[in-house]
Amino acid sequence: MTALPTRRDEAWRYADLDAVARAWPLPAPEQIQVADGGKFARTIVQDKGGIQQIDLHLGANSIASLHFLNFGADYGRIELNVTLEAGADFALGAAQIGGAKQTLEIITTVTHAAPDATSRQIVRSVLAGQATGTYLGKVAVARGAQHTDSEQSVKAMLLDRTATANAKPELEIYADDVKCAHGCAIGELDAMALFYLQSRGLTPAEAKTLLLQAFVAEVFEGAADQETLQALALAQLEALA
Amino acid sequence: MLSITNLQATVADKPILKGLSLSINAGEVHAIMGPNGAGKSTLGYTLAGRPGYEVTGGSVVFDGQDLLALDPHERAAAGLFLGFQYPVEIPGVSNLQFLRESLNAQRKIRGEDPLSGADFLKIARAQADAMGMEMDMLKRPVNVGFSGGEKKRNEMVQMGILNPKLALLDETDSGLDIDALRVVGEGINRIMRKADKAVLLITHYQRLLDYVQPDFVHVLAEGKIVRSGGPDLALELEREGYRELAA
Repeated sequence: MTALPTRRDEAWRYADLDAVARAWPLPAPEQIQVADGGKFARTIVQDKGGIQQIDLHLGANSIASLHFLNFGADYGRIELNVTLEAGADFALGAAQIGGAKQTLEIITTVTHAAPDATSRQIVRSVLAGQATGTYLGKVAVARGAQHTDSEQSVKAMLLDRTATANAKPELEIYADDVKCAHGCAIGELDAMALFYLQSRGLTPAEAKTLLLQAFVAEVFEGAADQETLQALALAQLEALA
Repeated sequence: MLSITNLQATVADKPILKGLSLSINAGEVHAIMGPNGAGKSTLGYTLAGRPGYEVTGGSVVFDGQDLLALDPHERAAAGLFLGFQYPVEIPGVSNLQFLRESLNAQRKIRGEDPLSGADFLKIARAQADAMGMEMDMLKRPVNVGFSGGEKKRNEMVQMGILNPKLALLDETDSGLDIDALRVVGEGINRIMRKADKAVLLITHYQRLLDYVQPDFVHVLAEGKIVRSGGPDLALELEREGYRELAA
């Protein structure tokens, strides 16, 4: 892409276009090739803002596990393009935590190019103030990519009525023997749970933080640096609660 | 210990408590009985400070403090415990983590040092054992997948760990089978039957009172206490029904 994107581009519809203009032109996306039968893991902690683009190609029967924690600066966007060859396995656990006027985005395209591959994406967003959190996730199943097994679980928690969550799991399927699950929920903290926790002695902020910690915890499962990620997320959640 | 004077409260602008007065001294067990809709649960929630339960008149003094001026967590730190009729399920939050943080939050407000993990576990284990609850259940998310009886037992374990001065127990007997009722009843006696503590049991039925002998029984109807008496009043109610006595 050479021209600056506009709101007409679906993938940039909710972006902070001023920030995008400042970052333009973007460097070429990072290319990652995982060999047939190979293994790959990567954690991205986005704490400074900016746009990161990654093209990830998974060879046959390879395994990749990615974890994102997206929270830094006014605008933070992580874009991931994954292609799965036969029997490959891809997992993404992503959390974005934002307040004030932050715009945070995770954009994924997962292409099942060949049969028997699996993909699983879990995305949790916690948004306060006037923050905007977006997940656009497209799963494309190519003709002949039978026995594809793909799952997207997308949830967002709004701490203020002024925060915005956009969530769009999207499926494009050209094979007839596949399993593609997707779930999407946007909500607020459960008032009864908050009261229950406070009735035992937790301050309102502690009660909120505990519930939010539980809300995002799942996405870090399986990460080599799970505890570091949880601690980083906790610090962000405490700042919002 | 607790002095409620002419308490009036509304829920969603609807008056529920309409001038309720009640005094509870240390060392006493009181039971409040009454028909559905009398305001029993509202009393518990109002005293614990649940948002949406708005006090429109009257006063509540707890241990010399204006209870109504405190936030829910401050009421807990002051020594108030509400046993929920429907304990809330909280996915992803372990019982133990929640209780340790709660206890230490209370200790912080009271100016006490936090308990270490080891000291806390010792207390938790003793309380779980006393209620016949496996430690494994305490490691699981709060009340998630627990049966009705297990949830009530868990409330008693929490009460044992937090060691309050005053326990408001809202229908702690509902949903319990006979064995669980005895275990919970014994738990209340063991934890709360002390000279410096007090209990307010909110219940529909006499059966819990077979295990936890009240010193005083009150009948709540239409947001007010309409009759008070000794333990015999509960038996009379069981025999005659509320309609007769409230009239």
